[in-house]
Amino acid sequence: MLMFVACALGVVTAQHETRKLNMALENEMEITRKLEVEWGKLQLEQSTLIARRQIENSAREQLNMEVPSADHIQIISARKMDEAQWAVLDHVEKF
Amino acid sequence: MLLFCLLVVGLIGLLARAAYLQGMHNDFLQQEGEARYSRVVEMNADRGMIADRNGEVLAISSPVASVYVDPKILKITPVQLDQLVRLLEMDKGEVEKRIYREHGRFVYLKRQIVPEVAERIDALNIPGIALKTEFKRYYPEGEGAAHVVGFTDINDKGQEGVERGWNDVLTGKLGSRRVIKDNKGRIVEAVEKIRPPKPGQDVILSLDRRIQHIAHRELKSAVAVHRAKAGSIVVLDAQTGEILALTNFPVYNPNARSSITSNRIRNRALIDTFEPGSTLKPFPIATAIEIGHVNPDTVLQTSPGTFKVGRSTIRDVSNKGLLSVAEVIQVSSNVGTVKIALSLKPQTMWEMYSNVGFGMPIGTGFPGEANGSLRPYGQWRPIEQATMSFGHGISVSLMQLARAYTIFTTGGELKPVSLKKQVFPVMGQRVISSETAHAVSQMLEMATQTEGTAPLAQVNGYRVAGKTGTAHKLVDGKYAKNRYISSFVGYAPVSRPRLIIAVMLDEPSAGKYFGGAVAAPVFSQVMAGSLRILNVPHDALPANNGVNFSLASTADREG
Repeated sequence: MLMFVACALGVVTAQHETRKLNMALENEMEITRKLEVEWGKLQLEQSTLIARRQIENSAREQLNMEVPSADHIQIISARKMDEAQWAVLDHVEKF
Repeated sequence: MLLFCLLVVGLIGLLARAAYLQGMHNDFLQQEGEARYSRVVEMNADRGMIADRNGEVLAISSPVASVYVDPKILKITPVQLDQLVRLLEMDKGEVEKRIYREHGRFVYLKRQIVPEVAERIDALNIPGIALKTEFKRYYPEGEGAAHVVGFTDINDKGQEGVERGWNDVLTGKLGSRRVIKDNKGRIVEAVEKIRPPKPGQDVILSLDRRIQHIAHRELKSAVAVHRAKAGSIVVLDAQTGEILALTNFPVYNPNARSSITSNRIRNRALIDTFEPGSTLKPFPIATAIEIGHVNPDTVLQTSPGTFKVGRSTIRDVSNKGLLSVAEVIQVSSNVGTVKIALSLKPQTMWEMYSNVGFGMPIGTGFPGEANGSLRPYGQWRPIEQATMSFGHGISVSLMQLARAYTIFTTGGELKPVSLKKQVFPVMGQRVISSETAHAVSQMLEMATQTEGTAPLAQVNGYRVAGKTGTAHKLVDGKYAKNRYISSFVGYAPVSRPRLIIAVMLDEPSAGKYFGGAVAAPVFSQVMAGSLRILNVPHDALPANNGVNFSLASTADREG
């Protein structure tokens, strides 16, 4: 009889624990969902902020910047970069 | 004694009943009990986002709230009503009309309001006024990418563009599950998942938002300057056929539904066709070179600038005298092109046009793509073959035109165009030999030099090649005298082509109308900006005075 009572109480406690843990889980899931929403909002905000027309406008008008013409651009090929690096290393090795 | 007996009988009865309920009727009762406090709740599945090739967002869903009212249980004080009207920014009469509606228990007050306002409405705590979370689509690039991306309706269903074409992929499927809630509405036990939610998948497009922006900006200003009725531009990756930018005018802002009209919605570059004019000339000439009828140095007589085919006369703008085949392209001579084209069998020319994709589906999956029209060669009369050689009597979309030019940028292979980012190398279909492609490419480069029709297409620091087109517009089956479609299709850098750009302006009406004057400058601007963004090495010495740097790598100049 005593064992029955003990078992019954055990079942009740276990059930209660389950529900408590479940609630905690639901809470965490709710937080996950909210964070996902937040992430979406931040992505949206970021992509709005990097819209090219705005950046271009402020660069041109507020900062007086301009695109350099082709004759003011020098393009360094990857091979030359490598050579330049080796040159630096050679230089270092001398010391 | 009697009393005792009654008690015992009663007790036995009770025990029996208890045993019956607990033992045999158990399942039914538990089910019924659960039904009293178990609920089915929906599990959200968001619509996937649309991003460009670098992962930058072009369309994304963000939660908003819709306010609805249940008129049956509504209890509202005049003060609360005023507060509500102010928060909703609606007409008071309109709100009153909705909340005092007799029938129905669900009336929307306002849909898709920002979450901050929604929270304040929630804080008013008016019985009968409730909120429902919905998702609204945002388009950070605005009108810039509108024609490709499209938009959704208020119920999150794709209406145009990629939103419509890929609606099934983007749409998530709501899931649902059965849970047990306590008296405070908290979920205490998850009983079962009825249906797992299936979130919508993201779609990664081949577009490059940076190039898209430049293309849009330049097209917009050109349409305004030349007072054109409409305009389109397509930027393709010259090696993979991926669409890097695609935009048209007029356009709408997908974030402001009121700006959407049927005229603005048209993605002209894909769904409209036009008679392309001289931009087609390289194709019959490539055919003639391919089968050995001519070579680039073969000299033709184009005097006196007219040529009779049957009862019709083909005209050049002026008498151009003796021209080599290369010069025919360079100065865009109709007479020269027709003479070469008429040396071809109709079937041969038809096969060329068909092989480069005219009259054939584009196959990007975009809703409503036009195939254009290329009539079967069996029906061609000589005059039709003649006009088709310089782009009249055949209709193509701007995208088809841009795709056809891939045979000159890949050494003879036609690449399929795609709206989605390609991860693996794209297989092409060989149309002409690489020698022919190279020869025509040289002619097209000549067209952008000072003596050609399109010196304005030049890009400082790069070798460019391309062809202008100025076509009379077909109005009610007749060619209109003073309505034109000006176009330019070209690519750069010629030594190792990276981009193909096709520009088309419909009815420029500010004086200029030649493709070389109207469309070529747009090509030049967009090409210059895009090559700079993509860090493409120069393959020509930068012109202009100023500082001259030595070229970075001579290897890049060959090809």
